[in-house]
This record gives sequence, structure tokens and C-alpha cells, in this order.
Amino acid sequence: MTRPIAPVLRLEEAFRSGLPVVTCEIATGDGADPDEVLRRVRLVSDHVDAVNVPDNTAGIVHMAAWAAAALLAREGVDPIMHVTCRDRNRMALQSDLLGAAALGVRNILCLTGDHMVHGDHPGAKPVFDLDSLQLVSLATVLRHGRYLSGREIRPAPALFPGATENPFAPPYDFRPLRLQKKVEAGARFIQTQITFNVKRFAAFMERVRDLGLDRTVPILAGVAPVRSARSARYMRERVPGMEVPDAIVRRMEQAGSERARREDEGIRVCVEIIEQLREVRGLAGFHLLPIHWEEAVAEIASRARLTPARASLSAHVEATARDAGSADARRDDREGALLNRHREHRA
Amino acid sequence: MSISVPAPVRGFFRRHPRLTRALELAVRPFEAASKKVVFGCKMCGQCILHETGMTCPMGCPKTLRNGPCGGVRMDGRCEVIPGMMCVWVKAERRSRWLPWGGAILKVQPALDWSGAGSSAWINVLADRQGKEAS
Ligand code: SF4
Repeated sequence: MTRPIAPVLRLEEAFRSGLPVVTCEIATGDGADPDEVLRRVRLVSDHVDAVNVPDNTAGIVHMAAWAAAALLAREGVDPIMHVTCRDRNRMALQSDLLGAAALGVRNILCLTGDHMVHGDHPGAKPVFDLDSLQLVSLATVLRHGRYLSGREIRPAPALFPGATENPFAPPYDFRPLRLQKKVEAGARFIQTQITFNVKRFAAFMERVRDLGLDRTVPILAGVAPVRSARSARYMRERVPGMEVPDAIVRRMEQAGSERARREDEGIRVCVEIIEQLREVRGLAGFHLLPIHWEEAVAEIASRARLTPARASLSAHVEATARDAGSADARRDDREGALLNRHREHRA
Repeated sequence: MSISVPAPVRGFFRRHPRLTRALELAVRPFEAASKKVVFGCKMCGQCILHETGMTCPMGCPKTLRNGPCGGVRMDGRCEVIPGMMCVWVKAERRSRWLPWGGAILKVQPALDWSGAGSSAWINVLADRQGKEAS
């Protein structure tokens, strides 16, 4: 099914609509080729509201996140730029955020950053001048027109800071509280680590709801397709902070080594997880992490019926304009009313 | 900082910078030795031990002051140093034993690195830390 291309809606506006939001992380090119970045983003851009651009993930050097994010912005895609504390001190972070804002990059995801010991430059000097929470505070301070030093910035950069949380790493009881701290520091949206253990995620969200956080900040559940039994095992054993239940590894093993079959099974597992997560209350949408497999996103979106907020919105506008009397329009009107309610709620 | 020092004390230390320096020189080795042995102190100059379950957060390879990173292993060990328990797993557990354990939820501002290596005790008395903090 081809959808009409939906207009660009800033991530912040997408959240404010109250409709389910979809975001996706792409791999930025290994090198300086802008076409590589654009090729990947074009595979996903029709299916999402905003696209995440990583910052030297896993401690492996890639193109600067601000540059890749600016390439996306030029393409009319709303980028979410990852910013880690690993490589830059508070001065470099501030100037990077201002520079990014000047290039049309407003959404920033504040991360601690994977340590370099696991990357390709293990001997590099770790910076970690700030932590992810202090980075959220810093973005908030900039947003309100001040440097961390207190000096005024005019005009203030229109930043939209977000943060992450990992419900799958100990201390489990502390994770919802840490999320609360991040919201207190100024986080305006949350993207979680990849969910394979839905039960643990549901327990986390229950606590999050108890704290009332789902009503203060939109939370997107991270989901990813695994491509093979080997990559499932790798994630389980070698990626700290990732929980891959044995059942999923076993399913991937049973799918065998034939490419089409195992890839299909990987997508099926991902879609099932999305369906299960739809039962969990308090989520604002999904965050896809295809891990160098952007080709899978279209298939996941169609099988799981994931629609970005901007597409739902434009469909709604069209339908009401077309046939005001039909049942369709009445349903859409209800959706519209719902939308407005959410708007007031989130504004 | 939640420890409040009476204004006259702060004022005294402010007015006598040379005395403060001398006192610091005398106190620092004692503070460093005692806190290093008991808490693994790294002398960051802005002690928050009492707000982190009496566990020094500067022992974290990422020097995180607001909670654990997302890489803590499933057995509670550190992502960077697999042989070490994550300092935040310890901090969270220990903070439950403290009557004021809720202090772990406080948002800690950025560390003032210009104070690294100095005596946190004297810094508290002289009220001279976290000047840059937001
Ligand atoms: S696992 Fe714990 S100690 Fe290790 S880097 Fe992360 S927060 Fe610090």
C-alpha cells in the first residue's frame, strides 16, 4: 500500500498530537560519503516521524552526529542527534549543540555513551566531564537562553532534549527513579533500550505509571529485529546492558541459516514484540533500532501496522475534508476530539 | 550541597584565605587517607558520599554522579571492568539502609573540576564548590 507522503511534523509536534509516534535509528556512514547516509535514511523516512543519528556508537568512530543530522535536516527529515559525554567536555558540548541548532537540528538525545574499551580506540582518553543527566540539564539551560556559565545567549537555541532509559540493566528498582531524575532535569521525551523481555519492560512501565511519568513525558519503547541466531547470541553475550531471552535465541536457531528464512523469523519476532508492547499502558509509540538493517523497517512497519503521527494526522485531515457525512469521518472526528484532548493534556 | 554551614563560619574562611589554605594543607592528607581506605575516595573535592549510599561515584569508570549507565551487566558488574561490581548497584543497595537514603534521587550538578584534589571538608566550610554548577 502506498501512502501519500505526509508533511514534516516536528518531533515535538508529533508528540503533542497524542497520536502514536514512530522513530528509527540509522547507521551513519563509515566515512565521509553523504550519499551513504541519505541512502539509509530514505529506506526509513516514509515510516517514521524522526530519525536518530548515533554518536560513535559502541565507541567506534563514525561521521560526526551533527553533520549526519544536518544532512537529514536538509533532506526534510527531522533528525534526533545523539550526544554522548564520552568524547567532549562541557565546552565542546555546548558549542556543538549551538552549531547543530543553527543547522536545523533541534532534537537531541542525551546519552552517557558506550565506553571506549569496547570500541576501536580503547586507548583514547575518556572524557565524561558531564553525565547524561547533567547533559540534559545543560541542554535545558541552553534552551532557556544561558550558557552553563550563566552568560546569556540570544536568541536561545530551540532545543528539544530527550533521554534514554534501560529497563533491562540492574539495579532494576532504580531504573524508573532514574527516569524520573531525567525528567526532573528537563528531558522532554524518552527512548528505551531494545526490548526483548516484554515482561521486564511491563514491570518497569508499571512503576513508571505509578510515578506518573507516562503522563509527563512521552516514552517510546525500543524494538529491533535480529537477523540471525549468531547476532542474537552476540547481543546476549557481548553487549552489556542488553537482555536477550533464551527463547528468542532458540527461535532464531530453529529458523536455520538460510537467509530469507532467518530474516523473516527475525522480523516476525520483532512484530510480535510490538504487538505485546501495545498491551502495555503508558507508551507514546515505538523506537526502531534496525542495527545496520534499515531494509527491514518498511516490512516491520507494514506487518505491525506502525504509522507515524504525521501520516495519521494528514490522513485524518484528508478524510474529514473529503466526506464530512460518512461513518469514516465520524470515526475520524472522534479521533480528532481525542487528539485535541491529548493536546491540552501534553501542552 | 545539603550540609549547611552557618554563615559566620563561611564568612570567616572567606576573609582568611591564607589561613584556609594552611588548614587545607593540614587536613587534606588526613581526609584523603581516611576516605580512600573506607570509601575508595578519589578526592574530587565535592564530596557527595552521603547522597550516594556512602559509595564514591568517582570509582565509576565514567565518573557518573547521577546513577548507573545503561551498560550494567545482568549480574550487576561493571560494563567497563567486568571484575568490579558497578558502583551504582552498590550505592543503590546501600542507600536503602540509610535513613536519608532518598538523597540518591537528588539531581547532582556538574562537578567543578577546578576543585579536584582539594579537601572537600574545607570546601564545605568555606562554601567554595560547584561555582559553575547549574
Ligand atoms: S556499569 Fe556502573 S560502574 Fe561501570 S561504567 Fe556503568 S555506571 Fe559506572
